[in-house]
Amino acid sequence: MAPKLPIYMDNHATTRVDPRVLEAMLPYFGEEFGNAASRSHVFGWNAERAVEQAREQVAAAIGASGREIVWTSGATESDNLAIKGAAEFYRDRGNHIITAVTEHKAVLDTCKRLEKSGFEVTYLPVERDGRVNPQAVADALTDRTIVVSIMLANNEVGTINPVAEIGQAVKARGAVFHVDAVQGVGKIPFDVASAHADLVSLSAHKMYGPKGVGALYVRRKPRVRITPIIDGGGHERGMRSGTLNVPGIVGFGKAAEISAAEMAEESKRLLALRERLRLGIEARVTDTVLNGSLEYRLPGSLNMSFAYVEGEALMMALKDVAVSSGSACTSASLEPSYVLRAMGVPVEMAHTSIRFGLGRFNTEEEVDYVIDLVAQKVKKLREMSPLWEMAQSGVDIKSIQWAGQR
Amino acid sequence: MAYSGKVIDHYENPRNVGSLNKESLNVGTGLVGAPACGDVMKLQIQVSETGVIEDAKFKTFGCGSAIASSSLATEWIKGMTLEQAMSVRNTQIVQELNLPPVKIHCSVLAEDAIKSAIADYRRKQRGAQVQSSLGGS
Repeated sequence: MAPKLPIYMDNHATTRVDPRVLEAMLPYFGEEFGNAASRSHVFGWNAERAVEQAREQVAAAIGASGREIVWTSGATESDNLAIKGAAEFYRDRGNHIITAVTEHKAVLDTCKRLEKSGFEVTYLPVERDGRVNPQAVADALTDRTIVVSIMLANNEVGTINPVAEIGQAVKARGAVFHVDAVQGVGKIPFDVASAHADLVSLSAHKMYGPKGVGALYVRRKPRVRITPIIDGGGHERGMRSGTLNVPGIVGFGKAAEISAAEMAEESKRLLALRERLRLGIEARVTDTVLNGSLEYRLPGSLNMSFAYVEGEALMMALKDVAVSSGSACTSASLEPSYVLRAMGVPVEMAHTSIRFGLGRFNTEEEVDYVIDLVAQKVKKLREMSPLWEMAQSGVDIKSIQWAGQR
Repeated sequence: MAYSGKVIDHYENPRNVGSLNKESLNVGTGLVGAPACGDVMKLQIQVSETGVIEDAKFKTFGCGSAIASSSLATEWIKGMTLEQAMSVRNTQIVQELNLPPVKIHCSVLAEDAIKSAIADYRRKQRGAQVQSSLGGS
């Protein structure tokens, strides 16, 4: 049976709100519209109670206590608050920050901004499998290092970093350890204690919750301090002013609770679907390359390069299937994915990459449909690819002196 | 990227995909772009004795706009004289396909491919003339 179109396979970008989450949120758009900061009446008390329950739910998903959760507008804000906030607060101890080249732009651009105000940033390279080597972190740490920011799982390739080992190295030198855990939490086991994490960024919409709400975990024991980046009414114990997005927070809480409760079963199902997709494509399409570690990878993530076929053209051919590409042509910059380049993927292969992100609502029928479509379209595009023609006739494409080669 | 209907039409039903015999004396081949830049176009022309492009074929590695630009280019130059084909400008391709600013380089590449194919054809013809004049002496 043909699946319903279009098919969504871009769950790294965002996820659909789970109907159970939506149901939990709805009253807070209606009768329960109170401001959680209103202390003088029942409307405020009800909103506050809902927010505090959500705080416990989100905290429980990462092994934290509710008092360690600060609500934000999303992961970008959480990353900004964590890194700028800690850098500013601990400035008298040093000015060195460590991160990795494959981090999300919310981390990298925050670090670049701090460089302009006198901080020094080390951007660590990654291994060919896309992972950060804990020894590289240990070697980069100095007495002046105040913040280390390393992601749990990468948004483009889905590779999982050894955050526990990295955290251990960071704590041995007394720096603050920030983990952007947006892509991993709810999908793979993670807790703040075993990661030795001091600050953790989270986002609701990557775990079947609503957009526009995130959280920052801020360790209390031993206490980690951050300087706020938004000034105002002193909400969230002064760390993040601004009226709380009560319905969003309620949804985030519910989403975190569901993800934690169903993770074991769901990750097994997603891994099976991902492997069905990977093996199905590999059985029918030659000259593909899996980008990033297979072993240390989010269960629903697949990032593959299809040699001789440009990624955006392939995405266009996969009409009715929502995926994304590391091809330059999908961005205004004309440079292909910096994550793939940092992993040592040759630039011409980075142009041919497609990211598939499987999630809670994908089915086996959809996977089979996509395998079939990918096989057909890659064949069609290769028939019109001069590079494929050369490769088939034995020409070594690398031996050609290309005009305009960078 | 939201494409114009014309780009999608050329992308989905590309005209003149294929290859001509590049060894043939009346075939000119242009190969422009680079894999590292994400665009490679091969455009070939077959020229009649009277200097008219009687056939044109292309193969392109690149995004939808690159494929559409080369498809359109082959469609246009068929039936043109070499001089007419030399005067095809990338801006005409941009206009016809309604390409957004970030895709203008695709049209530039298509113009380069036409010029490069014509240059290759002319080079071969000159070589053949030299050969035949040498042979006659």
